[in-house]
Amino acid sequence: MSMFIKKTIKLEQQIDEFLDYVIKGGLIFKLGVKCYLENQETEFEGYLAELRKIEEKADDLRRNIEIKLYTRTLIPESRGDVLGLLESCDKVLNTTTDTLLQFSVEIPQILPELKQDFLDLAEISTLCCENTVSGIRAYFKNIDAVRDYVTKVQFYKKETIKIAEKLKRTVFRTEIALSQKIHIRYFAYHIELIAENSEDVCDRLSIAAIKRIE
Amino acid sequence: MDYSVWFFITSGLFLGWSLGANHAVNVFGTAVVSRMVKFKNAALIAGIFVVLGCVIGGEGTTKTLNTLGAVNAIAGSFTVALAVGTSVTLMTKLKLPVSTSQAVVGGIVGWNFFTGSPTDYSSLTKIFITWVTSPIIAAAFAFILFKILKFTILKKNIHLLRLDVYTRYGLIIVGALASYSLGANNIANVMGLFVSAKPFTDINIINLFSVSGTQILFLLGGIAIAIGIFTYGYNVMLTVGKEMYKISPITGFVVVLAEFLVLFLFTSQSLEKLLLNLGLPTIPLVPLSSTQAFIGAVLGVGLAKDPHSINFKVFGKISIGWVSAPIIAGVITFISLFFVQNVFEQKVIIKSEYAITDSVIKYAQNEGINIEGWDKLIGVRYEGVKEIKSELLKLSEYSEKELAIILNYAEVDSFLIDSKKLKYNLYLKNETINELKKMNGLKFDNKIDLLEKLKEKKLLSDISLNNKNYEQYFKISKNK
Repeated sequence: MSMFIKKTIKLEQQIDEFLDYVIKGGLIFKLGVKCYLENQETEFEGYLAELRKIEEKADDLRRNIEIKLYTRTLIPESRGDVLGLLESCDKVLNTTTDTLLQFSVEIPQILPELKQDFLDLAEISTLCCENTVSGIRAYFKNIDAVRDYVTKVQFYKKETIKIAEKLKRTVFRTEIALSQKIHIRYFAYHIELIAENSEDVCDRLSIAAIKRIE
Repeated sequence: MDYSVWFFITSGLFLGWSLGANHAVNVFGTAVVSRMVKFKNAALIAGIFVVLGCVIGGEGTTKTLNTLGAVNAIAGSFTVALAVGTSVTLMTKLKLPVSTSQAVVGGIVGWNFFTGSPTDYSSLTKIFITWVTSPIIAAAFAFILFKILKFTILKKNIHLLRLDVYTRYGLIIVGALASYSLGANNIANVMGLFVSAKPFTDINIINLFSVSGTQILFLLGGIAIAIGIFTYGYNVMLTVGKEMYKISPITGFVVVLAEFLVLFLFTSQSLEKLLLNLGLPTIPLVPLSSTQAFIGAVLGVGLAKDPHSINFKVFGKISIGWVSAPIIAGVITFISLFFVQNVFEQKVIIKSEYAITDSVIKYAQNEGINIEGWDKLIGVRYEGVKEIKSELLKLSEYSEKELAIILNYAEVDSFLIDSKKLKYNLYLKNETINELKKMNGLKFDNKIDLLEKLKEKKLLSDISLNNKNYEQYFKISKNK
């Protein structure tokens, strides 16, 4: 019995490690955006490189977890839900990496009056991501707490909509070229997408949690 | 040894095979269908524990069936078992709710009717009440267990993956326990019909190890059940299991645990002995339908989860089986016995001799039975139930229950106090056994004399407590 328990504990640790990567990814993204907005190019590129490494590691780890869950026919009833949660969570991490990469590739010209809005948007979107991860951890260990995290994510998601809307309205009322307006909106949209994807994970999470309690 | 015995017990072995094939799903269905336990492992565990259950714990329920009617000729046992098997198959084909346990009771009553043997209606009532209560008790157990388990899981914050490992082990353990109880409870259906016919003699290996003929029968029955599990259990799990048994592993664990507890309550002689020693009322040991206990437990869990989701019509469907299964099996048995006796010229009953003696009159009077005119019957030997019954009914209109009591006392039989047989006794106090050992070798022509002797030695209070079980230990079979 102890052998099975040991293997299971290792898998539990791997899942926790994967979720740690997602949290770290969110934090690095936030710092990366801040550095970009403050024109600290070297630090920004450093964060981007770190985030890409984390994303790769998280991808490998997720695949490893999925293979173990399937080959050892673990949690047959909840396996589909767990895999769905891990994959959609990985998508959130991918979105953060892609968005930071786009900053590096496309070098958008962010107006100084929009800097704070962009920082707020990144901050709240990251909070969505962090609470999603906490929700997934709760799904494994403390099912009753899932609802609290899901509610928080839904709240922060609405906040990101508000900030993004404010940001877009401001952009389109300035005198800059339309191409630049669209470019800035595109970046606001992408940061908002992190919250959007987090909410998608939480929608899955709510259903999975109900199924687990049953 | 008469080799025809092997032919005659085939019908019982077939019943066993069918039981294993159809009922493995009740103990390991959820675990296998949800892929928590591999079928090979499940079948191996179920097979071993079913055999153990049959050999170690099968006596209790078998005694109850034999009290209802002791099919004492091997051809009779063969016919009843075959008729029961046929009626179960027929009813399954017709999609009528059926359980082997209920069909067997119908078969025994059918044999009683055909041979004119009295039916012990108090046993029949006891059995019927058990059928009705067992799914309800299973539902109550499952309801409570589910609430406790849910509370514990939520309170302890067990990781989903670790819970998965615990559930797997839990499913294996309760599956093994339920298999044991299934064997112990249902072996009466498979081999109980052959016990009174005693096809096998006791084996004593160098005075060290002894196996009773009944245990040999039960071992064969257990092996037949195990073969049923191995050969056809998986197919049944795949077809039936995917619809009815598609429940979560944790629910499955609760359901099988509740099913085990119910089977155990109505099977365990040790529990009966414990209750007796504590001066508490005992639980009748009766073969049950494990499927109905399973359904009851599923409903219990459903009730704990969401009372509105329960389809109470299921109970209605089950209750039809309580009546239709015994009646259909009884009719088929009656017709089959007629053919076996008259067309194939086989003995379906070994007729007992009866005689009214002074002691019989004394005992009957104590039971409050009208003994008017019995003095004329003293000294006459009646060869068969029908003969003595018709004589008695000329004197007074006795009820079936009264007739059963009279016949029980009036039967002329051979009893021997054999110290070796006492080894199997779970019920008697040690002092009683020691006292009986002193009387080793004493023979009695009928039961009354034996009872008188026991009374004289002040042993009757201990022995009579145990529902006529003494017969099994003292009686010499007439067909030897």
